[in-house]
Amino acid sequence: MAQARQRAGTLREQIIERALLGSGVISVVTTAAILAVLAVETVAFFREVPLSRFLADTQWTPLFADKHFGIWPLLFGTLLTSAIAIAVALPFGLLAAIYLSELAPDRVRRLLKPLLEVLAGVPTIVYGYFALVVVTPLLQRVVPGLAGFNALSPGIVMGVMIIPMISSLSEDALHAVPMTVKEGAYALGAGRLETLFRVTIPSAFSGITASVVLAISRAIGETMIVAIAAGQQPRFTLDPRVPIETMTAYIVQISLGDTPRGTIEYRTIFVVGAALFLMTFAMNLFSQRMARRFRKGDG
Amino acid sequence: MRHLYIAALLLPLAACSKSGQQGGAGATTTAAIIAIDGSSTVFPISEAVAEEFQKQHGARVTIGVSGSGGGFKKFCKGETAISDASRPIKPSEVELCKKNNIAFIELPVAYDGIAVVVHRDASWVDKMTVAELRTLWAPESQGKVTRWSQVREGWPDREIHLFGPGVDSGTYDYFTEAIVGKEHSSRGDFTSSEDDNVLVQGIATDPAALGFFGFAYYLENRDKLKIVPIDDGKPENGDGPIGPSFETVSRGTYQPLSRPLFIYVSRAAAEREEVQAFVAFYLDAGRKLVKEVGYIPLPDQGYVLVKRRFDKRTVDSLFGGKGSQVGVTIEELLGKEK
Repeated sequence: MAQARQRAGTLREQIIERALLGSGVISVVTTAAILAVLAVETVAFFREVPLSRFLADTQWTPLFADKHFGIWPLLFGTLLTSAIAIAVALPFGLLAAIYLSELAPDRVRRLLKPLLEVLAGVPTIVYGYFALVVVTPLLQRVVPGLAGFNALSPGIVMGVMIIPMISSLSEDALHAVPMTVKEGAYALGAGRLETLFRVTIPSAFSGITASVVLAISRAIGETMIVAIAAGQQPRFTLDPRVPIETMTAYIVQISLGDTPRGTIEYRTIFVVGAALFLMTFAMNLFSQRMARRFRKGDG
Repeated sequence: MRHLYIAALLLPLAACSKSGQQGGAGATTTAAIIAIDGSSTVFPISEAVAEEFQKQHGARVTIGVSGSGGGFKKFCKGETAISDASRPIKPSEVELCKKNNIAFIELPVAYDGIAVVVHRDASWVDKMTVAELRTLWAPESQGKVTRWSQVREGWPDREIHLFGPGVDSGTYDYFTEAIVGKEHSSRGDFTSSEDDNVLVQGIATDPAALGFFGFAYYLENRDKLKIVPIDDGKPENGDGPIGPSFETVSRGTYQPLSRPLFIYVSRAAAEREEVQAFVAFYLDAGRKLVKEVGYIPLPDQGYVLVKRRFDKRTVDSLFGGKGSQVGVTIEELLGKEK
C-alpha cells in the first residue's frame, strides 16, 4: 500500500518534471523557429540585393519606383530615438535608484518604487499618442523648426517609459552591495556621500551597466511610440526635429499594407528584422555577461 | 476535497464555453455581414451609407481601409463582397479576379478632387503649377529636390517635408498618373501612410510640409490646412490656378486632379438580397451623403446610368481594365455604353 503510494508519487513527479521541461522547450523552439524564418528570408533577400547595396547606400526606398536598399536611414532613426531615450532615462533612472536605495526613508521608498514601476505598465500605444498630441505641441513652443512628426518627442517619452527599468534594476544592484563593505568604508572615516560614490556605486557598477544595456535594448526594439509619433519617412539624418522612421516603424508600416509574399518588398521586413535582432541580441549578451559578473560580486 | 478543487477549476471553463457558443450562434442567425474593404478615400462615403443603411436593415456592414490596391487583393480572393476604390481596377487585378473566378460590377459613386495642401502658416505658397508638382514628386527628384527654394525661386531656403498616401492607395496611383505621368511612380523619400488622418496630423503640425489626399479630409480639417490652387496651363479647363471645390470638380475645371470614386460589387455577392438592398441604398441615399462627407455627387443622370448598370449586372470595367485615366467624366463613359 505504502509502496504503491510511493510509486504514484514518483509518477506524478515525473509528469510534473516533463511538463516543466515542455514549457522550457516551447520557448527554445519558438526562438529557433523565429531565427530560421529570419535566416531563410534574409538569405533570399541578399540573393537579389547584394550586401553592398544594403550597407553602402544612404537611401531606403524599397516600395518606390527608384528602389534603394540602404539600411542607414532606418538605422540612424533607431539610434537617434534610442540615444534620446537613454539621455533622458539614464540620469533620472540612476538618480532615482540612488535615492531609493541609499537615501530615502523606508516609508517613502515603499511608496515611490511601485509608483515608478507603474510607468512601465502603461501600454506603449498610450505613450505614443501622448508623445504625438501632448509632448510634441509643448516642445514646438520651445524648439524652433520642430515638425509635427519628429525624433525628439517620442525619444523623450520613450526615455520616461524606460526610467523604471533602470531605476528598479540599479536599485536592486545597489541594495545588494553587502552592508559589511559599506561599514568598512564608514569605519575608515568616509562620509555618507563618499561611501556612496566611492564604494557602493562602484561595487554595483556591473549591475547598473546591465540595467542600462537592457534599457537600450528595450529602446531599440520599441515600436508603437515611434510608429505613431516619429513619422514614416526613412531619412538619413541625426536632426531630431524632422520626421524619421525607425527600423521597427518600417516593419509596422510594411506589415500593415498588403505586401504579397515572396516579393522583395516582403523580404525587406525580414532583413530589417534580422538586423534589429542582431543589435538587441548583442546588447543582451553583453548585459548578461555584466549581470553575471555582478552576481559573482567581483564587480 | 481534491474533487471539489478540480470542480472549482473547471467551472469557469464550462461557463466560458457555454457563453461562447451562445454568442457564436447569435451572431450567425441575426445578421448577415456585408464585408467591404479598400480605399481610405472612399471610406467616409461607405461609412456614412452603412450607418444609415444599418438603421433600416438588419444586415451588418464591416468596412476596412487597406487602400484601393489592398482592397482589390482581398476582393479578388473572394474575401469581400464590395471593394472601395479611388481608381479604376488595374490589369494585374483584373487578372487576379479572373484567376479566382470573381466577376465584378464597377459602379462610380462620386467625384473627388485630390487636394494639395500645406500648413496654415506657409504664407509663401499661393499656387503651384503641374510642372512644379512634377519637379517635387518625380522619381528623379528623390534625395535631390529637398528644399522649397528648389521648387520655385523666391521660396524660402528651408527643407520641405512631403506627405502622401501609401503605395497601396488609389489616390497615390491617380496622383502619380496625373502629375508624374506614370501610374505608381514617384520619389520614395516622403512620409507615406495609408491612414489619411496621419497625413493631416503631419501637415497640420509642420510649417515646412506639403502633401495630398482626398478632398473630404481637407474639408474636415479646413481650419488647420491651406489648400494650394493648381494651374494646369490649359485655358480650356479654366484659366489660371484653380482649387478644388464642389463647383470646380463637378464642372471639370479642377484638372488634372479631379477623378471618379468607385465601389466594385462582386457578381456573386450581388445575388444576395442584403447586398442588392445596400447597393440600391448607396446609389439613392448616397447622393446626399456623398455631399455631406465632402465629396462631389455625380449629376442625377449619372446615378440613373449607374443604377441601370447594376440592375443589368454589367460586368467589367469602363476603363478597359487599364487603370487610371486622367480627365474623363463618368457620364461620357456610361453614355457611350448603352
